Amino acid sequence: MRSLRWKIAARALTLLATVLLGGLLSATLVRLAPGFDTDERVLDPHLNAASVQALQNARHRNDNIFYFYCSYLDRAAHGDLGTSVSLGQPVRVLLRERLPLTVRLVGIGLGLSWIFTSMLALVAAWLRLSIYDTITTIVSGGLLCLPAAVLALLSVLWNVPGSIAIALIVFPHTYRYAFNLLMKIYSRPHILAARARGLSEARILLCHVVPVVIPQMLALAGVSVSIAIGAAIPVEALCGLPGVGALAWQAALARDLPLLVNVTILVTLVTLLVNSSADVIGSMFRGQEA
Amino acid sequence: MRLGRILSLAVLALVLGASIAANWLAPAGYAKQYREATDAPPSAAHWLGTDELGRDRFARVLYGTRISLLLAPAAALLSTLLAALIGGLAGYLGGVWSRIAMAVTDLFLSLPWLFLLITVRALMPLDVSPFVSVLVTFLLLGLLGWTTAARVLCASAASVRNSDYVRQARAAGTSGQRLFWVHVVPNLKPVLHAQFWISIPVFILSEANLGILGLGVAEPMPSWGSLLKELESLVSVGAEPWKFVPLVLLVLVVTSFQVLLSRQEDAAA
Repeated sequence: MRSLRWKIAARALTLLATVLLGGLLSATLVRLAPGFDTDERVLDPHLNAASVQALQNARHRNDNIFYFYCSYLDRAAHGDLGTSVSLGQPVRVLLRERLPLTVRLVGIGLGLSWIFTSMLALVAAWLRLSIYDTITTIVSGGLLCLPAAVLALLSVLWNVPGSIAIALIVFPHTYRYAFNLLMKIYSRPHILAARARGLSEARILLCHVVPVVIPQMLALAGVSVSIAIGAAIPVEALCGLPGVGALAWQAALARDLPLLVNVTILVTLVTLLVNSSADVIGSMFRGQEA
Repeated sequence: MRLGRILSLAVLALVLGASIAANWLAPAGYAKQYREATDAPPSAAHWLGTDELGRDRFARVLYGTRISLLLAPAAALLSTLLAALIGGLAGYLGGVWSRIAMAVTDLFLSLPWLFLLITVRALMPLDVSPFVSVLVTFLLLGLLGWTTAARVLCASAASVRNSDYVRQARAAGTSGQRLFWVHVVPNLKPVLHAQFWISIPVFILSEANLGILGLGVAEPMPSWGSLLKELESLVSVGAEPWKFVPLVLLVLVVTSFQVLLSRQEDAAA
């Protein structure tokens, strides 16, 4: 129990360090990016010399990277994530508007991919038919060879919901691992002995397989969240869905760095949080198993 | 499996050979416009038709294949060298260096690959010349794609560091630098080799994703990514099947790499 608490504390510290480091890195990149020193507002003919000078002074304060970083963190801590240059709206408002759609899209996509993965992998482990393995390998291998953006385009052409495109992008990554893991577990001596004694497949699955595979499956689930969030960019951008992925894409095309950096930090936080939670819950199961 | 490998090698040789011979197979070049035949279907003059600007699609596919197939290995080489430097040294030095290097690696790995790519790509100027855009795209892939390989190399270097022969060499008074270059690096070669080949299809797919999203190689230079962007204009899948030729080529090449790499992946694992 104590080691688990340590683990949670260590994970929380890592998360905090990552946010600070990621924030510094992002702020530095924004500061060093070409075009940062230019401000179109100073070209406004309606401004007098004093206003232009005030704008330039405000800009010069940002020359010091640490001042820039501290003020960035201070504003972020108060919920001010800056204003999007291209859309002219506060980043916080944009994220609040678009987050629900992305969460729904990624959630449904992940759910579907995990349903396909667990069903197909379990059937493969039960049947152990070479023809079935060959077909599923070809399907998952074929999907793995397609760029995520092409799957998104095909989903538009076939009028398929974006969440299915995300499921098809995530599925080949999770399926191969789950398949190999289940095949390994099902060939263990105690499972073979349980089968020989006539235990039902459902009982073998629930009592002997699931407890063993949960920690590794949780780790895989964490990774699959990261893949699904990455897939949200092409799917939302090409399917015309106004989510966070499409927002990041628009920000990249318009070089809207304040927006892009904040979206990236948010995504990093979410993936780190999910992976850390998966790791901690997995270690709880490992502890129970031990 | 042996037949699969032979077929894969043949496909790769054929595609690479055709792309290298692009100057002879399509001497007019990828940028020449046939203004009287825009968006034309396949014909004897234009085997794969023309695009909406009247450029010969066959020529563009050949030149695009050359760019994608030659620069993806260059990016893979860069990322493998970076991984060897960061992961290899971290694993060899161990202790706090290893922890710091792996923390940085974890930070990179926690970011979804495409988010990282578009963020860093957006930090660079987008309105650059086509040649610079090619360099930027593939340099970016090489500079950001080292993380997974670094993790594998760190673990491999750590296991070599703790091996008996390295301990014996250290006990015999061999200097740290000599130990690294003479005893550690040669033993990392198989892993480096595997990581290099594994990275190539990953970078080909990443470039295709960036290209379709409009953040890859700039016009008029073709690449698989920019050629696949044409699929956006399709009304239905069966309407203009010749537009799928770049996709078919990409899938064939990536599949061939996957088949050939099945052994390498085992070695890396």
